[in-house]
Amino acid sequence: MTILAVGRPTRSDPDMKSAGTTRSGGALMQDEPLIFELDCWEKTGVDFPRDDFGPDLDASDLAGLTRASPLRLPGLSEPEAVRHYVRLSQKNHAIDLALYPLGSCTMKHNPRLDEKLARLPGFIDLHPLQPMSTVQGALKVMDALAHWLTTLTGMPAVALSPKAGAHGELCGLHTIRAAHEARGDARKTVLAPTSAHGTNPATAALAGYQVVEIGQTADGHVDIADLAAKLGPDVAAVMVTNPNTCGLFEREIIEIARLTHAAGAYFYCDGANFNAIVGRVRPGDLGVDAMHINLHKTFSTPHGGGGPGAGPVVLSASLAPYAPTPWVVHQGGRLALLEHAVGEATASHGRMSAFHGQMGMYVRALAYMMSHGADGLRQVAEDAVLNANYIKARLSGVMSAAFPDGPCMHEALFDDTWLEGTDITTLDFAKAMIDVGFHPMTMYFPLVVHGAMLIEPTETESRRELDRFCDALLELAAAAKAGDVDRFKGAPFHAPLRRLDETLAARRPKLVWTSGD
Amino acid sequence: MRYLPLTNTDRADMLAVIGAAGIDDLFTDVPVSARLSTPVDLPFHAGELAVERALGALAGENRAAGAGPFFCGAGAYRHHVPASVDHLIQRSEFLTSYTPYQPEIAQGTLQTLFEFQTQVAALTGLPVANASMYDGSTACAEAVMMAARVTRRKKAVLSGGLHPHYVEATYTLAHSAGVDTRRLAAAIDAEAAVIEAIDADTACVVVQTPNVFGTVTDVTAVAAAAHAAGALLVVVTTEAVSFGLLKSPGEMGADIAVAEGQSIGNGLNFGGPYVGLFACREALTRQMPGRLCGETVDAEGRRGFVLTLSTREQHIRRDKATSNICTNSGLCALAFTIHMSLLGGVGLTTLAEHNHARARALRAALATVRGMDVLTPRFFNEIAVRLPKSATQVVDALAGRNILAGVSFARLDPGAGMDDVLILCATETTTDEDIAALIDALEMEFGA
Repeated sequence: MTILAVGRPTRSDPDMKSAGTTRSGGALMQDEPLIFELDCWEKTGVDFPRDDFGPDLDASDLAGLTRASPLRLPGLSEPEAVRHYVRLSQKNHAIDLALYPLGSCTMKHNPRLDEKLARLPGFIDLHPLQPMSTVQGALKVMDALAHWLTTLTGMPAVALSPKAGAHGELCGLHTIRAAHEARGDARKTVLAPTSAHGTNPATAALAGYQVVEIGQTADGHVDIADLAAKLGPDVAAVMVTNPNTCGLFEREIIEIARLTHAAGAYFYCDGANFNAIVGRVRPGDLGVDAMHINLHKTFSTPHGGGGPGAGPVVLSASLAPYAPTPWVVHQGGRLALLEHAVGEATASHGRMSAFHGQMGMYVRALAYMMSHGADGLRQVAEDAVLNANYIKARLSGVMSAAFPDGPCMHEALFDDTWLEGTDITTLDFAKAMIDVGFHPMTMYFPLVVHGAMLIEPTETESRRELDRFCDALLELAAAAKAGDVDRFKGAPFHAPLRRLDETLAARRPKLVWTSGD
Repeated sequence: MRYLPLTNTDRADMLAVIGAAGIDDLFTDVPVSARLSTPVDLPFHAGELAVERALGALAGENRAAGAGPFFCGAGAYRHHVPASVDHLIQRSEFLTSYTPYQPEIAQGTLQTLFEFQTQVAALTGLPVANASMYDGSTACAEAVMMAARVTRRKKAVLSGGLHPHYVEATYTLAHSAGVDTRRLAAAIDAEAAVIEAIDADTACVVVQTPNVFGTVTDVTAVAAAAHAAGALLVVVTTEAVSFGLLKSPGEMGADIAVAEGQSIGNGLNFGGPYVGLFACREALTRQMPGRLCGETVDAEGRRGFVLTLSTREQHIRRDKATSNICTNSGLCALAFTIHMSLLGGVGLTTLAEHNHARARALRAALATVRGMDVLTPRFFNEIAVRLPKSATQVVDALAGRNILAGVSFARLDPGAGMDDVLILCATETTTDEDIAALIDALEMEFGA
């Protein structure tokens, strides 16, 4: 790799022009090698003065148990490390830079107050196994979060500990399994729509269930007749996302719940899209038995480049006894954690992870909720839905909405019929968006819509930003229809890198740097 | 509302563009019976000052680890994290980006994940590592399920030295996936006992070193026994700083190594978010759970990084995926990577030596307290002791004197009959004064 040699210049490589690149905006942007290529093997960026720790660095009592050879990893001085990671950061897109329209991902602004509060020493510097008397404030945060979540969902109980949405799904299905088994009713099947997020079938399989798909109607809803036909004594649960992955509210949701319960099954709602209805609809009023809430979506804890998230699961009264430990209990004016499946928690299905879940996310989500309040959270749902419908209205003249009739919820779904005859794919169009300053929308999901383009603006976009986004997409769409294929096929042209060879990466996996590189 | 940019004028104009008379027109798919006409019964919106006051008050009701003598470990560790780590992870481009599905505009995240994977591989002494798991305990559960897939066997033997929360999480996750997990009786020096429990049905044995009682063990013999029976060896480490000094899992024959990475770069956070480390032998790569970042080239031949081998994953394979995991612990992994990049191998080894030195000082001081037995035969930075009375009572009593004396084993495993066992930890943050205060308080407690 010569082009990433140490001491590299800014981008002025003449070969880039010959490759047809129309790159711009690269001034002051540095290419950055890996830390392993900086020749920092012998040093460290952390000082350990002997006086601070005492003289005894003798490890002779560990003879035979210590590393045979020195640990070979580079150590960077602070200025080198800061520069390295700041340069790398500049190669990322972020919600702080522009609208980030990933459908089903809910990329909304992350309030900085929440970051500040989560870093208070009383929260960040707190050990999970300190005596309960020394962590009453932390337990009050958990108790308050539980109160907000149960009130907003109209559900009586919540299991806070799952660490992500998929972890919450697993928690929900484990809870359902425990409830069935407590009645000696071992069921083997979970029903989920073909439009479901991949985690739904993956979770059901991990929880030991067979997955049977239920169909979808032409207007993007669960096919009730198909559901009714597939329900039976072996069905443990029905998993439905609401609002669904097509961005639509399941109109027949109450009937879905009724049919599910009539068959002796539990109704699991994937709450990934709760942000569209928070404050306006309580899932408990719809007949839901269990629903996970992605705190990193609806309640805006930062996505962090792929986690950490948090996926608390609200539970109906019939499932609550089977929730995983731990949970917070009131004991004579004090709070405590019930950590073991004894006493009140005898029926608990187990433990989802070590300790008590994502405290750092609890603080952020609670700060977000308190900031917005009951009135503001309702406004969140309304503005999210308004923004999505505005985008749908503005783009529908040129792009083809997958479900043109009626409103959408928090995301607008388009298919690729409008690209027919242009030789431009959904992928090409999405990659060209990068060149005009926006992150691509979610592509090819849900699977039930051909060439799907799923756009979720969220409520934290201004009208001006929405218009900039729509104007950019309309201009791109016009270019596509005008036959400007080159603009799309090679896109992106102006990003830090051009399209990456994903086939090569998978065929010969190279997952770590090695000294021969 | 400071987080909502739309004005009422914007809203009215936008509704007009949509062709809706009012906002309720956009919610017509909601069944009438489920429409809330007024806000739910919760407080209304609040300014920054009010929220900061309320949550600041709750933070103030907690006794922060750094507010006095502190000896808690048992799976979560207090270490000093350089200031630049937290500064860098709060860069907007790291903090507010999504999973790097569009590699052309996510090289920052992807390259750091590649660096992370390389660091984890070096620390664990194994050739490949993934882009992180939720935490050490879920990584442990995933390792057991992966071993069951690889060996097509359904039994896992868990050492009596494995952290009880890891045992429970593994049982909970693996049980419904059809894996029979058998945990041996809790024991201070437990890793050798697993050899006897290995049989022809065993998919894997899970051992922890340093174990929950702090005992350091060379598990090479366990690896040999497991391999002779066609089983895999999973080595668990909850204190990642120990990698700087101790033999790596790979050196001892581990097939899969999992660890809690919190110690490097991440605060205690009352138990989460943390970051799970997951590494394995190369032949097992395609059975790994979680995201993997791999090197490739772009259309102009320049090196770049992408998420790869996604045919293992839920969004492609759905119910046939190796795991349901979707997100990883990206920002915590970034903090780990930056702290590790500052330390380097040299720095981590020195840090580990200092931890061991502080634990030696703690052990020497504890040995002077009458009526107390030090149980851990070989330790890194944690020591289990037997007290003349209930460890929970002692911990509570010392908390009343503002000393967090450690973790009672009964808190983790009340059924083990080890109510008098206390686990104490010393790190580079532990001072001589802290140790002196602890010893004074213990002597008072035991009436010495």
